[in-house]
Amino acid sequence: MGKTITEKIFETHRRDNPSRNNVVLNIDVVMCHEITTPIAVNDLQERGLDRVFDPNKIKVVIDHVTPSKDSKTATQAKILRDWARRQNIKDFFDIGANGVCHALFPEKGFIRPGYTVIMGDSHTCTHGAFGAFAAGIGTTDLEVGIFKGVCSFRLPETMKISIIGELPQGVYAKDVILKIIKELTVNGATDKVMEICGPVVDRMSMEARMTLCNMAIEAGATCGVCMPDRVTAEYLWPFIQDEYESIDAAVEDFKKWHSDADAKYVAELTLDVSDLVPQVTYGFKPDEVKDITELEGSRVDQVYMGSCTNGRIEDLRAGAEILKGKKIAPTVRGILSPATPKIYNQAMEEGLIKIYMDAGFCVTNPTCGACLGMSNGVLAEGEVCASTTNRNFNGRMGKGGMVHLMSPYSAAAAAVKGFITDPRKIV
Amino acid sequence: MKTFGGPALFLDRNDINTDEIIPAKYLTENSKLALKPFILEDLKLPGFDPVRDTQGVGVVVTRSNFGCGSSREHAVWVFEVNDINVVIGESFARIFRQNMFNCGMPAIELGKDDLDALFGLGDKVEISIDIETETLTAKGNKEIACGFSLNSFDKDLVKAGGWLAYADKKY
Ligand code: SF4
Repeated sequence: MGKTITEKIFETHRRDNPSRNNVVLNIDVVMCHEITTPIAVNDLQERGLDRVFDPNKIKVVIDHVTPSKDSKTATQAKILRDWARRQNIKDFFDIGANGVCHALFPEKGFIRPGYTVIMGDSHTCTHGAFGAFAAGIGTTDLEVGIFKGVCSFRLPETMKISIIGELPQGVYAKDVILKIIKELTVNGATDKVMEICGPVVDRMSMEARMTLCNMAIEAGATCGVCMPDRVTAEYLWPFIQDEYESIDAAVEDFKKWHSDADAKYVAELTLDVSDLVPQVTYGFKPDEVKDITELEGSRVDQVYMGSCTNGRIEDLRAGAEILKGKKIAPTVRGILSPATPKIYNQAMEEGLIKIYMDAGFCVTNPTCGACLGMSNGVLAEGEVCASTTNRNFNGRMGKGGMVHLMSPYSAAAAAVKGFITDPRKIV
Repeated sequence: MKTFGGPALFLDRNDINTDEIIPAKYLTENSKLALKPFILEDLKLPGFDPVRDTQGVGVVVTRSNFGCGSSREHAVWVFEVNDINVVIGESFARIFRQNMFNCGMPAIELGKDDLDALFGLGDKVEISIDIETETLTAKGNKEIACGFSLNSFDKDLVKAGGWLAYADKKY
């Protein structure tokens, strides 16, 4: 019988089977940021186990609160920084070079098809866009990952989600994944891998695929995964050109990770997006999703563009398409945080930063910041934010604040109007 | 082996997320103990007061998809430092459940009927858990017992006192 990509990755990385349903995997990349790593580092130190399994396989960034906003966050950054130096971790990204982990690490070419990737961060599922098994984990798993290079998982079942049809103008990967989460609900994919495929995904850029996989966790999934193909190979080409003779050769080689035609899925869902309209969340759970037309006129106080979901260059372009030559509503605060320095630079070169600034946006350095209500745009009680991020939990962006998740295109439209509106009416 | 159980706190809602268990603004703490006062701070349930209602509690009883959202193990530590050593629910988010076992604490899944029976025992309920025999007894306005099942690896993690101790020995 055929195998899914995840089964193939599990097979090639299996270190142990501690029980019939559990597998301990060898890990290719352990990624670390300053919120969940310091306690692991301190604990290893206290136990006299201050070692790493392989400094080349550990990637470290300070991204959640950067520059540090107070002495506590400065201490977290310092613990991580000191540790990275002590352990000779070359791939360490600090101020000036840092960006949101799930945008930065793919950009650096750290993820390859068939890899196993862990991080103390739930949106690690983003990296499945490259045909990897990438999962968010807690600090103890991270600690063991750093120390031993292994992590345990229950054997996940796979759900196949096929996206067919043609994406209409003004509708993006964000709208597609919000629609999928609405269908599946917040725990519809718990303990499962979401294999996201079909002709629409085949035509998507890596950026868009990352947006899809990023939010797999919002349906409870362990990982989202897309088949590695030519788009993947072209994105990775600068990093793999010594390993392959040509892009064609890489594309051919990546096929070894494709799910077999007769692989077994626990569920299959097909979504025709030809008539999909922009989607938006209305409540405090990411599956509380409606067509944007149903929330027309709903007030917003802040518009936040950025994060590991939608802070990439294509996202900035989509927002700029709406904002070009316009001003945001006087009642709205617009905040743009390009997800990495490279994206920031590119946006400057393309004139996008100017468009945002002319429209009245504040442009901040790359950081998670407001996405998790830590800095750079925390909401006051009773305030509402139109946001391109991935979580709308009660209080996520600040106690008593409310978040509506949407695409950058829709968020830009909300900025212009001061309320949620159908972005397709604006251009 | 450690014994598990204690007075129960009932959180009667599905999908309680990690932001509700411990808000992100406390993630800047570098010690587990510092989290103690902030347990369930942002959880809004009718009549629920996080400070008052978590005093002296040993077990949390809840509904489905508990611990969804972020990967923060702080959600488990904030229970641990408040002497809560077991969480019982219909289902858990994967990372939360793994974090519990990784810290050597059981996350126990019960069917809806058994859970309803626990919720029906009144306000003052004492629960005890036997990991070996996989049974749970609860004393409230009456006494009930039910079985549960633990995956053998999860059981090994509880016995070892967590994943680090287990992995350090084995890999
Ligand atoms: S941008 Fe938001 S969701 Fe993404 S890693 Fe940062 S805090 Fe998490």
